[in-house]
Amino acid sequence: MLISVLSGKGGTGKTFISVNLSSVMKNGIYVDCDVEEPNGKLFIKPEHEHQIPVKVIIPKFDYSLCNGCMKCVDFCAFNALAYVEKPILFENICHSCGGCKEVCPQNAITNTYKTVGYVEVGSNDDRIFLGGKLNVGEESGIPIIKKMFKMIGDYPDRDAIIDAPPGTGCPVVETVERSDFCVLVAEPTIFGLENLKMVYELVKILKKPYAVVLNKSLKVGTNPSRIFCEENNIPIIGEIFFDKVIGEKNSNGKIVTEDMPQVQKAFQDILSKVYERVNK
Amino acid sequence: MRQLLILSGKGGTGKTTVASAFIKLLNAKYYADCDVEAPNLDITSTPNTKPKSEDYYGLKIAHINYDNCVGCMKCFEKCNFDAIKNVNGKPVINEFSCEGCGLCAYICPANAIHMEECVNGETLTYDANPRFATAKLRMGSGASGKLVSKVKENLRSGIITDDIAIIDGAPGLGCPVIASMSGVDMSLIVTEPTLSGISDLERIIAAAAFFEVKCAVCINKYDINLENTKKIKKYCDSLGIKVIGTIPFDEKVNSAINNRMSVVDIDCKAGEAIKSIFKDTIKIFNEKEK
Repeated sequence: MLISVLSGKGGTGKTFISVNLSSVMKNGIYVDCDVEEPNGKLFIKPEHEHQIPVKVIIPKFDYSLCNGCMKCVDFCAFNALAYVEKPILFENICHSCGGCKEVCPQNAITNTYKTVGYVEVGSNDDRIFLGGKLNVGEESGIPIIKKMFKMIGDYPDRDAIIDAPPGTGCPVVETVERSDFCVLVAEPTIFGLENLKMVYELVKILKKPYAVVLNKSLKVGTNPSRIFCEENNIPIIGEIFFDKVIGEKNSNGKIVTEDMPQVQKAFQDILSKVYERVNK
Repeated sequence: MRQLLILSGKGGTGKTTVASAFIKLLNAKYYADCDVEAPNLDITSTPNTKPKSEDYYGLKIAHINYDNCVGCMKCFEKCNFDAIKNVNGKPVINEFSCEGCGLCAYICPANAIHMEECVNGETLTYDANPRFATAKLRMGSGASGKLVSKVKENLRSGIITDDIAIIDGAPGLGCPVIASMSGVDMSLIVTEPTLSGISDLERIIAAAAFFEVKCAVCINKYDINLENTKKIKKYCDSLGIKVIGTIPFDEKVNSAINNRMSVVDIDCKAGEAIKSIFKDTIKIFNEKEK
């Protein structure tokens, strides 16, 4: 079973919730899909690590065969090819569709490969760690996310916690589409609420079962995210209050459930509620 | 127009909190929200004027005419984005995965596929004084970078003065961030003293260097971990990047935002710290222009 942890807004505590859920899960996999800014590794501290490069295709031109017809330049929907005496590729804009190779009447184009990032694989105790990392300057982490989902398939007997990227764009959809359950993490601010509304809409469009965990709640004042959940009958399966000790341990890369039994209990509750909802 | 971009790498460090305070302190005539996947600047900084809203068409999507489709599945075989599924011998497009390259339409021997314009989001521009450009990406669209470029175009269009514009950036370091960096004069990176914050800071500084964007740093919630704050200062020193100031953790920030105000609208210690960071940032910004 794949459980993804989401929030529209960054910094609501996706990684905090993810690493702690994975810590109370037996024989699980933790997957860091926030490939632009991956941080799960700082907490999981995986051992026996190795890296697998993720490659995409880009075109390579044999200029001795090119007759300058410019069909490839005209075809490219992303303007990644320009014609300056011959077709020139802007690598960082290329989406790797392979179209230019198909349209070339001279067979002057072949595919070559470019590394856009890598997947780190390791383990800590009974837990497997998969973490994607996009190279600086690259635009899209989708190929890395796809690669990790393939790798999760290598462990059919294990459940996985998936730390999703922030936002509601294509990397998030890629992650949610493959998940069995979505945990939405929400903060007690209007910023948090606006972004909760967006991921809520997303999980509904993709027809995924979901529930909310309120994070960094304060003991005083109103929580706009809680009010929204109650008004819309969105299940709340846990609430973590803002706490200086938790905040400090977390800021130092500690998994708080490992030495705070009451927090561990809270996360065990959240996980068992997820299982209950999936098995309903 | 000169552009000051507020960035962070990691989400939730306080980009919008800082940007909304800067807009207020500068009495900015021009500002934009480039976090098109989760825009929030409108919550604190919507002008009292009527906005112009426009649908944004960035990418095309493949459509199949099943009257013509012969089920050869060539499109399914050639699609590099796994955007075509084989459902009982017929191809079905997944519109979230389709990137609009047009390869399937090109190779289809039955002429059953064509590319159709689709709405990838909505831009919203308040065109009086102040001018505020923002946008909202359509759920799951792959056009976020292009939409950011459109927001910046809406912000700049027709402006020839050298006023400073404040731009609230996107989190991460992929296409929307790269698009938001284009043409900026300086970027202020808001970070926080957590190991995650530090790791993301290192990556966003590398990205800024890659695209030759000058930057300075401020540390939000610096007092939640003084050791890590020290580490950040040392790291920035070693790269010759200026740490302009630090902002204390302050519960009043939440209550300001929940009342749709910027932190400098209320009396609080975080607001005081941001005022001083603002002064120094503008000083450095102007120096860099010389």
